[in-house]
Amino acid sequence: MPVDMQRIRGLAARARNPREMVRQARSEAGRSNVELWANILVIGGAIAFMVWQGTGFAVIVGTVFAIWAILSVSLNLVVGFTGLLSVGHIGFFGVGAYTMAILTSNPEYEQLRTEAIPTFGWPFFAALPVCALLAGLAAIIVGIIFNRFRDDIFVLVSFGFAIISFNVFLNWRAVTRGAFGIHEIARPEIGDWRFDGDIEFLLLCLVFLAAVMLISWFAVSSSFGRVLTAIREDEQAIEVFGYQATHYKLVVWVISAMMAGIAGGLFSSWTTFIDPNSFILLESVLLVSIVILGGLATIWGSLLGAMAFVLLEEGMRFIPFLPTEYIGQARQVVLGILLVLLMLFRPQGLVGRYRL
Amino acid sequence: MTSARADQIDYALQTESISKRFGAVRAVDELTLAIPRQGTTSIVGPNGSGKSTLVNLLSGVLPLDGGMIIIGDAGLRVVKAHETPSHGLTRTFQEVRLFDQITVWDNIMVVLTERGVFPALFERAKTATRRRAREILEQVGMWDKRDSLAQDLSYGQRKLVEIGRALAMNVNTYLMDEPFAGLFPQMIERVKAIMKQMRADGHTIVFISHNMEIVRELSDRIIVLDSGALLAAGDVEPVLNSDEVIEAYLGA
Repeated sequence: MPVDMQRIRGLAARARNPREMVRQARSEAGRSNVELWANILVIGGAIAFMVWQGTGFAVIVGTVFAIWAILSVSLNLVVGFTGLLSVGHIGFFGVGAYTMAILTSNPEYEQLRTEAIPTFGWPFFAALPVCALLAGLAAIIVGIIFNRFRDDIFVLVSFGFAIISFNVFLNWRAVTRGAFGIHEIARPEIGDWRFDGDIEFLLLCLVFLAAVMLISWFAVSSSFGRVLTAIREDEQAIEVFGYQATHYKLVVWVISAMMAGIAGGLFSSWTTFIDPNSFILLESVLLVSIVILGGLATIWGSLLGAMAFVLLEEGMRFIPFLPTEYIGQARQVVLGILLVLLMLFRPQGLVGRYRL
Repeated sequence: MTSARADQIDYALQTESISKRFGAVRAVDELTLAIPRQGTTSIVGPNGSGKSTLVNLLSGVLPLDGGMIIIGDAGLRVVKAHETPSHGLTRTFQEVRLFDQITVWDNIMVVLTERGVFPALFERAKTATRRRAREILEQVGMWDKRDSLAQDLSYGQRKLVEIGRALAMNVNTYLMDEPFAGLFPQMIERVKAIMKQMRADGHTIVFISHNMEIVRELSDRIIVLDSGALLAAGDVEPVLNSDEVIEAYLGA
């Protein structure tokens, strides 16, 4: 043998190591502290906010948080655990929201004649499972197509899905009433007891959030979850060991979409009015930002991310010199800056371990 | 005479005029070969002779352009990567491909658990599975590193974990793409010992190497490729000493 390639490769491999070791030591030392402070800061901030604003407003903010948290925990299954960077999650949220709206909106409500849509007058609890089912069905169809793509192309395709779903909500007027939106969406009731109060609705949302977290935890702590992380790391390699990655990806995609459908159902019942503007691409991007902010592949992180985001969003109302009409834009600017800083100094998010 | 002998030999792997082109390059060109069951077969050849491509074709990582691969009894014109374990085949990669951002432990566990989606969803790691994972990690000497992320290991350690992952598959045939490349002498001895043990356990090992010392030490048979075609095959010494092989290597 002329050249000893082995020795050369070995030297090259070792030469890469010192930098790697420094990086590793740094992240080991930094992890626990930053995680602790992130937790204290966000949870402390939430409590301070509640005390300062009183329970009335805090309950409303809490509901917003719970819905965002369901969405981000479910999206993390796809983005964080499986490594599919989807910016189309809002589409499934919209399917859930519109399902709830159409099934439960009050039939006696005087519809504009030009935009009359079918009404069913179902109760909330009958409609909620349908929200999940239809979102899941949409996910099966979309997922079978999406399974052909990976990495950057997948991001672009999911981007397309977010835009298409928005346009369907906007233009399929026979079902969604387009830009007019749907009013008089039912609030949940059990027997004679209506969830009219905000606290009751908040509790309902928290129950569903807990259920979503529990299901997510069950999935990711099983053998299934381990395979998802392996798919994230090297999809081709895991196939060699006997796994059909496409099946796994489709199942987690559908589970995640069904959770988003539930969040959609809760959202439209809570607001009692929806129009397509709640389901624009930007919301999807914010959602991905929350997942990255909290940390990939951590359920708790998504919760924390959603909490931090909602605090930031609501807290900005109280900046004295900021005119109200700029609050919406300002929160995007702040979130954007936050994301850039995060990517620079802490790419694994507040409490995460993994990088994109 | 040869045909009579061929009937008696049980083959682990055969190829029938398989081809793979990359653009104008014929990486594997109408290649027909047979690898008997049990024992160690090495594949050697100059750079670009199609060794890694052959392993990629056999394991279904690359699709065939033509020809047929026979694994055990199954004749396959299309090899699907996820079906190779059920044919009794697994592999390691030249450019170590571990699941980087999960632990060494999970890297081994992941090949020991349920393959079906829904059974996997309801499966928690069983004691027997854990015990098996521990055995594997101890066998390759990586038990102490079980909680490290795979990406934080050194190159040699990564190679050992990858071999462990292949061992955990517990199949008949192991394709090992350059298991010795880039290893310290100490590590080379460790990998050699593992491979000898695998051979003693009755497995079929096919490995690629550029190190002729190791090839001589470990192989029962040798296959020499050149420009995607079979140059020579058979017992080690006669093949390595044949004129055409020396010519291909030294370019004389």
